[in-house]
Amino acid sequence: MPTMNTTPHPELASHEVELDRRKFFTQLGLGSLGVAAAGTLAFYYRYLSPNVLFEPSPIVNVGRTENFPTGSVTLDVDSAIYLVHIAEGFFSLSAICTHLGCMTAWKPELNMIACPCHGSRFNREGKKLAGPAPKPLPWLKLWLSDDDELMVDRSITIPELQFLRV
Amino acid sequence: MPNRLETYFDRLERTRVWKSIFRSGTGSSTLHNALAIQQNLFLHLFPTKVRKRMVSLSATWYLGTLTLGTFFILVGTGVVLMLYYHPSVPQAYSDVKDLRFVVSSGLFLRNLHRWSAHAMVFLAFAHMFRVFYRGAYRAPREFNWVVGVILLLVTLLLSYTGYLLPWDQLAFWAITVGTNISSAVPLVGDKIRFLLLGGHQVNANALLRFYVLHTVILPLSAVLFLAVHFWRIRKDGGLYVRQSEPGNVENSAQPASEEKKQS
Ligand code: HEM
Ligand code: FES
Repeated sequence: MPTMNTTPHPELASHEVELDRRKFFTQLGLGSLGVAAAGTLAFYYRYLSPNVLFEPSPIVNVGRTENFPTGSVTLDVDSAIYLVHIAEGFFSLSAICTHLGCMTAWKPELNMIACPCHGSRFNREGKKLAGPAPKPLPWLKLWLSDDDELMVDRSITIPELQFLRV
Repeated sequence: MPNRLETYFDRLERTRVWKSIFRSGTGSSTLHNALAIQQNLFLHLFPTKVRKRMVSLSATWYLGTLTLGTFFILVGTGVVLMLYYHPSVPQAYSDVKDLRFVVSSGLFLRNLHRWSAHAMVFLAFAHMFRVFYRGAYRAPREFNWVVGVILLLVTLLLSYTGYLLPWDQLAFWAITVGTNISSAVPLVGDKIRFLLLGGHQVNANALLRFYVLHTVILPLSAVLFLAVHFWRIRKDGGLYVRQSEPGNVENSAQPASEEKKQS
C-alpha cells in the first residue's frame, strides 16, 4: 500500500485518530444499515396488511320477529350467529366456538349447542357445559330496526342475559 | 460386452465436449475420483471420500436420505399439480375434484403428492429420533442439529399450508383452528393471524397466501437449508459412526481428523 499523508495532529496520538475515524464510519455504516433494515421491515409489514377487505359487514339483518317462535334456537350458517327466543325475550349468540373457532350447531335432541371440532358443549344461553372452550359463547348486540326487523352487530358483544323484549 | 461399453465411455470421456463439461479429466486414480466430486457443483456438497461404515444401513437406516427422496417426489408431483390448480375461491375446490376425476393420471399424482407429504413428516421425525438416540447431535454436529430443527419446521409448515389448498371443509376448518392457535401468541397473536390470512377470515386472500408459501417460499427455504445440512455433514467429518470418532478406544488406524483435511 502506498504511504499517504497521514500526519496526525501533533497533540493526538496517531493511532487514536485513525481508529476513531474508522470506528465512526463503521458505526455510521452499521447504523444506516440498521435503519434501512427497520424501514424495510415496516414497509413489508404494511404491504402485507391489506387496507381493503372484501369481507361481509358485521351487521346482519336477521328478519322479522314472527319467524322466531318462543322456544326456538335458529342458526344462521352464513353469518354464524344464533337467534334465540325464550320467554324472557330475544337474544343473539355468536356460533363461533370460543375454543379454536369452529362453527357450533344447535342439537335439539340434546337441548344443547355442540362443537364438532373438539366436543365443547354450551347451553342455549351460551354457558359452557363441557369441553375445552375457555369462555361462554358471546352475546351479540341485537336491536329492532325502524322497519321492525331484528338486527345483529357481530362485532359488538354485550353482557349476558340482556334480553330484547318486543 | 462390458469391454465394448468401457471403451465407448473411454472415448466419450476424451471428447472435447465431455471435457468442457466435466473439468476433472479422465482416469480412475484416487486423485481423479476425488476431483470428480470436488469439481462438480452438486457433488461438492459431499466429501470426496467416505468410510464404508458410514454408508451402511445400520449407521443411519437411510432415514435422512429417504426424507430427501420424499422431498424430491413432492417437488416433482407438486409442480405438475400446479398446472391444473388455480388458487382462487371457489375454483380451487373444483380443480382438485377435476384432478381426481377428470384429468388423466391426476388421481395418481395427487395421491402420490399427499402420501409423500405424510411420509416426509414421518421420516423427518424418525430421522431426528435416530440422530438423537445415536448421540449424533453432539459436537461438532450441534449446529447441524439446529439446521435439522429448522428443516423439520419447514417440513411441518409445508404440510400445513398444503392442507388448505383443496379448499374443502376439512381444509377450511383445519386452517381456521390452526390460525386461531397462532392468535394465542401474547400481544401480537391477532396481528400474526391477520398477516397470515390477509384478513380476519379464512378466505380468498388466505388461500392465495398459503399457496405462495406452499409452492414458492417454503420449498426454496427447504432447498437452502438442505444444502447447508449436507455441506455441514462433510465439514463435521462425515456421518456419525461411533468407531470413527476421534478419541474413541475402538478407533481404527486412521483418525477422523485426517479425513476432515481432505474434505
Ligand atoms: C427436510 C428434512 C430433512 C432431510 C431431507 C434430511 C436429510 C438428511 C440426510 C440425507 C442426512 C444423511 C444421513 C442420514 O441419512 O441419516 C442427514 C443427516 C443429519 N440430519 Fe437431517 N434431514 C432432515 C431433517 C433433519 C432434522 C429434523 C434433524 C434434527 C432435528 C436433522 C439432523 C441431522 C443431523 C445432526 C445429521 C448428521 C447425522 C450423522 O452424522 O449421523 N435432520 N439429514
Ligand atoms: S373449536 Fe370448538 S371445541 Fe375446539
